Amino acid sequence: MRRIISVLMENEPGALSRVVGLFSQRGYNIESLTVAPTEDHTLSRLTLTTTGGDQVIEQITKQLNKLIEVVKLVDLTEGAHVERELMLIKLKATGSQRAELKRTTDIFRGQVVDVTSTVYTVQLTGTSDKLDSFIEAIGPGLVMEVARTGVSGIARGEKVLSL
Amino acid sequence: MELLSGGDMLIRSLQDEGVEYVFGYPGGAVLHIYDSLFKQEKLQHILVRHEQAATHAADGYSRATGKTGVVLVTSGPGATNAITGIATAYMDSIPMVVISGQVPTDMIGLDAFQETDMVGVSRPVVKHSFLVNRAEDIPETIKKAFYIAASGRPGPVVVDIPKDVTNPNERFEYAYPKKVKIRSYSPAQRGHSGQINKAVDMLLAAKRPVIYIGGGVVQGDGTDLLIEFARKLGHPVTNTLMGLGGYPATDKQNIGMLGMHGTYEANMTMHHSDCILAVGARFDDRVTNNTEKFCPTAKIIHVDIDPASIAKTVLVDVPIVGPVTTVLKDMLAGLTESKVEQDKEALSGWWQQIDEWRTFHGLRYRTDDSELLKPQLVVEKVCEITKGDAYVTSDVGQHQMFAAQYYKFDKPRRWINSGGLGTMGFGLPAAMGVQLAFPDDVVVCVTGEGSIQMNIQELSTCMQYGLPIKIINLNNEALGMVKQWQDLDYSGRHSHSTTYADSLPDFVKLAESYGHVGIKVTNKDDLDDALEKAFSMKDKLVFMDIYVEKSEHVYPMSIKGGSLADMRLSKTERT
Repeated sequence: MRRIISVLMENEPGALSRVVGLFSQRGYNIESLTVAPTEDHTLSRLTLTTTGGDQVIEQITKQLNKLIEVVKLVDLTEGAHVERELMLIKLKATGSQRAELKRTTDIFRGQVVDVTSTVYTVQLTGTSDKLDSFIEAIGPGLVMEVARTGVSGIARGEKVLSL
Repeated sequence: MELLSGGDMLIRSLQDEGVEYVFGYPGGAVLHIYDSLFKQEKLQHILVRHEQAATHAADGYSRATGKTGVVLVTSGPGATNAITGIATAYMDSIPMVVISGQVPTDMIGLDAFQETDMVGVSRPVVKHSFLVNRAEDIPETIKKAFYIAASGRPGPVVVDIPKDVTNPNERFEYAYPKKVKIRSYSPAQRGHSGQINKAVDMLLAAKRPVIYIGGGVVQGDGTDLLIEFARKLGHPVTNTLMGLGGYPATDKQNIGMLGMHGTYEANMTMHHSDCILAVGARFDDRVTNNTEKFCPTAKIIHVDIDPASIAKTVLVDVPIVGPVTTVLKDMLAGLTESKVEQDKEALSGWWQQIDEWRTFHGLRYRTDDSELLKPQLVVEKVCEITKGDAYVTSDVGQHQMFAAQYYKFDKPRRWINSGGLGTMGFGLPAAMGVQLAFPDDVVVCVTGEGSIQMNIQELSTCMQYGLPIKIINLNNEALGMVKQWQDLDYSGRHSHSTTYADSLPDFVKLAESYGHVGIKVTNKDDLDDALEKAFSMKDKLVFMDIYVEKSEHVYPMSIKGGSLADMRLSKTERT
């Protein structure tokens, strides 16, 4: 099952490599990873998506918690949560396709953020599924480049991941 | 406040931490530190002959004393040579602080001479690591390193210090912190009381119970409480390789080691049990055999300081996270409060069954099939002459298993071996650390002619510091355990396990060349006298090169893929 794990950790050099190293060392996979400092600059928030059965996910969270620099973590998929990913996608846009691509972008509530005579660069946010669907809707042959941020997420309601 | 250089601050911090010995080897990146070391007398530096030996010596010192071992090595090869010893300590949860030199800060990343990313290289085998960027940070970093290494589930911590940080010409205010707080690190102090009460009720209600203890009982100083608890319950106790001595071997409730080369009775007891109390053990593959067939009728209670050890390989019914001491104290209190009556009749029937298993095998081995000495007998004789009270280190292989099976450890911290990583070359340097900690006690290194050659250079260190270790070299002219597996699984094709037989050194002459005493034993009848002679030389290192039966195997031995009850009992018998 796909899981989103958010980790609050010390904003120190080397902390990220410990998290990433842990995953490769123990044979867990990382599907996406995103990390940046929080409003408290001594802390970073890292969000990763991974897949695995309950026993594997339990081990992953326990092993992450063992890392000295990890302050707290939460498996967001255990409760109600909001997840978003941002994608910048460069599309071949010429002739009649230009209008069609713009329409599809509007349907997905994306924005064209850069235009040339032959290219549209579209910005799109949403769940990973939505971004996948957009790529699928565009169809093969028109996608020139994709840059995705990986999933970020936060719990719904009062629940917070903080010190 | 005093002004000190980075190098001086490091040494002062170690002194203030109460460190007695630093095991190390100098080099370019640590020259400032070695100069600071030179100017003081409080801290003793032990110069080894290879950095791997420094880590094993610090490790042996730590296992025997319970204190944190300290290592000092230079950058690059000094640091990488230490890796095997760090990994050894990591696998067995031994507290250790390894200080490594690093190239100057402004040269990091430039592939400078003797540069290695030590924090990166050691990352998978340390509990934590630090790269010190500023001299002012040294005292606090050292305090943190010692705190992390020894608390919770102990382990090695690396402190990497670039050369410019120890510059003798730059001085800073020195104060060693009394306490240190790490907001992201707070190991469990007590077990969950609800879980503990549940566990106690289960143990009292059990009809076929067993207590399975590991290195956590030894490391966590839980022996006395465990004895009290086990005696109150009257349950059988088995220990892992790491748990030897955690419960007295000669106590009637002890049924011996379990696992791959465990006793028949221990493995049968585990397999047929209805309730297992695991304390400070981690259900390692050398214990469980096939986890799917592991103890099919047992409910499992697992006490461990490390939550990640629980339900890692085997699912458990009652997990309890906490230090063994506080959990056992709470469990003892729980015993008096519980309303569950113990089924004495069932327990006595269980013991009857266990005693039958004991009588059936009881670590028997044939003595009539060889003209040569049996390695098992040698260990039994060593146990006899040292009254079972020596510190015994070992290397890895058949000799290690024979030592584990036939030396009866009645006290914790007496059996010192590389259980998790299985590091050949561990025994001799580990013995050095033990002998330094206990100069007046008998320290024996049970080894083989394969393992001893992996750190043989340390005979020179032993001479320099006058360490009267007794080396028992069980010489079968082969990598015995490799050969045993080749006998069993590869139709006896001894690929590279026996080919060195004709090129082994004369160990007696070798020992003598280092200034020690060497004794060669080839004849059965000479063993007693030779041991007598060796152990009477209290201030000499004696290297006993004892030729043993070459075809001997270690039994019992788990049958691959089977349950704990599936064992080979000798070359011809199996369960």
